[in-house]
Amino acid sequence: MQKRRKQSRLHEVWHQLKKNKVAVVALFILVLLILVAIFAPFLAPHPYEKQNSKLANAGPSREHPLGNDRLGRDILSRLIYGTRQSMQMGIVSVAIAAVIGILIGSVAGYYGGWVDNLSMRLLDIYQAIPMFLLSVSLAAILGPSLRNAIIALGIGTVPGYARIMRASVLTVREKEYIEAAKAINASDFRIIWKYIIPNAIGPLIVQITMGVGACILAGSALSFIGLGVQPPIPEWGAMISDARRVMREHPTHALYPGLCVMISVLACNLLGDGLRDALDPRLKN
Amino acid sequence: MVRFVIKRLLMLIPVLLGISLVVLILIDVTPGDPARMMLGAQATQEQVNALREELGLNDPLPVRYGRFIWQLLHGDLGTSLMTKRPVATEMWERFPYTLTLVVLGTTLSVLIGIPIGIYAAVHQRTWKDNTAIFLALISVSMPSFWFALLLIRFFGVYLGWLPVSGVDDWKGWVLPSVAMALGLTALIARQMRSDMLEVLRQDFITTARAKGLSERRVVYRHALKNAMIPVIMVIGGIFGVMLGGSLITEVIYSIPGLGQYIMTALYNRDYPVIQSGILVVSGMFAVIILIVDVIFALVDPRIRSQYTRKEKRKAGRQLAKETKTVETT
Repeated sequence: MQKRRKQSRLHEVWHQLKKNKVAVVALFILVLLILVAIFAPFLAPHPYEKQNSKLANAGPSREHPLGNDRLGRDILSRLIYGTRQSMQMGIVSVAIAAVIGILIGSVAGYYGGWVDNLSMRLLDIYQAIPMFLLSVSLAAILGPSLRNAIIALGIGTVPGYARIMRASVLTVREKEYIEAAKAINASDFRIIWKYIIPNAIGPLIVQITMGVGACILAGSALSFIGLGVQPPIPEWGAMISDARRVMREHPTHALYPGLCVMISVLACNLLGDGLRDALDPRLKN
Repeated sequence: MVRFVIKRLLMLIPVLLGISLVVLILIDVTPGDPARMMLGAQATQEQVNALREELGLNDPLPVRYGRFIWQLLHGDLGTSLMTKRPVATEMWERFPYTLTLVVLGTTLSVLIGIPIGIYAAVHQRTWKDNTAIFLALISVSMPSFWFALLLIRFFGVYLGWLPVSGVDDWKGWVLPSVAMALGLTALIARQMRSDMLEVLRQDFITTARAKGLSERRVVYRHALKNAMIPVIMVIGGIFGVMLGGSLITEVIYSIPGLGQYIMTALYNRDYPVIQSGILVVSGMFAVIILIVDVIFALVDPRIRSQYTRKEKRKAGRQLAKETKTVETT
């Protein structure tokens, strides 16, 4: 029973989403980006780390469609490989944050009382530190690397998910089916896992989609200031940082990676907007 | 009202205590020895040990935490490992720069974002609205540091109108504030638009129109007041984003503010500065949020009554509020 209902709900959302052309295009772009990330070694025309001093800062050519950077590396190949880093930072860090947030939020919302009070006060402390400052400090203290940047971004964004989840659980908690589950003596774990989380997760979906975009953005900023992905591994933010040295003569070197970040984040935001409308058509305006 | 402000001020204390504890623990669990950092690689282990003892790094965590709080109460934020100067003095010198940047950026985004939002809402589903939404979406999705570099390249290098870095005169502030304001302007515009649309659909607007008021009066006198409330809430969160963003913006434009100070400290692992820096910036953020909340209560009688009558808010309303605050961060 439970399963069938869940499927039909997904169906309904998908049906709504399909009507929104912009959201479908955004979804398509995101899937494409993930595919590019997975198949980067097959798509990139050149190895990302191969330097060629003769071609340093060379303009576009047949061999190198977007030209070469200041070390003579193929910019297009580096952009393609950079997709991997950005997608990982966006998706993995949001996954970490969402899982922790959902756990905290559902436990706090379901039990209420002092558990709720304590966890909310702790989140108050957490959120009192500006998110980006927290992520930057964490990344710097943990040491710069892709893994640590992902952890820093994940930990930095937990409170948002926890709060939305909690608020959503509060509305679900009083429903009849929870009462029914309690009446058949289901354990708290079972109630939270099977009834609370599936029913309360709706409002989080939009947040998660947009969160991926926000983490891609923040991740590129971390790499830009040297606290994320380390050279020679290509990352869009790090590429912009590298291009600063030749900004005067070759501004396009910084232009392309920035556009890549923008397109991925834009796709996440558009899909998030579309999902919001699909999940709750009443909100559409 | 006074009681509300005092209550909120008192609530700040545990939050700030908590932040300093979190930061202390964070620094404690990370590898790397501050004493070793200060003395350099050539120092002998004995020298390092002696310095550790002198700095009190060998004491247990609760003792160090107690000492930090005790010093904090006396206005002592420690001494920078790099410059050997008191952190409080150094931060006080840098504070005006960050404050100026954040206030300029926020003012700019409010002054541009709100009219755009109203404009888009009033022209809903026309090309004007679509263009505004599209531009707003693009601006939200842009990396601000990238936009900052493009601004420098165009206005600083290509046109040569504005300095590429430094804030010696007013011209220097233009690019950094614009770079800071871009994404948040878009955020405010989006928020303003959706709130305005929501309000315009309500019955009292129909009444106002039925009375024969001009559309202008309906929008600016009747609708705007009600639509502004969620926007003010968003502005509070925006200050936090601004403070975070100042880290990068100050480095790019070489503004000697708190953001640059903290960044340098993070690179050098200058622990006293990191610790106090995070605390001070978070404190600034908390005070700003407090001010916004007070303004909020002053503007909206419904909120005011909530604090005086202590009515419990309904869960649904809570959800809407959380969703809005979270979206800004």
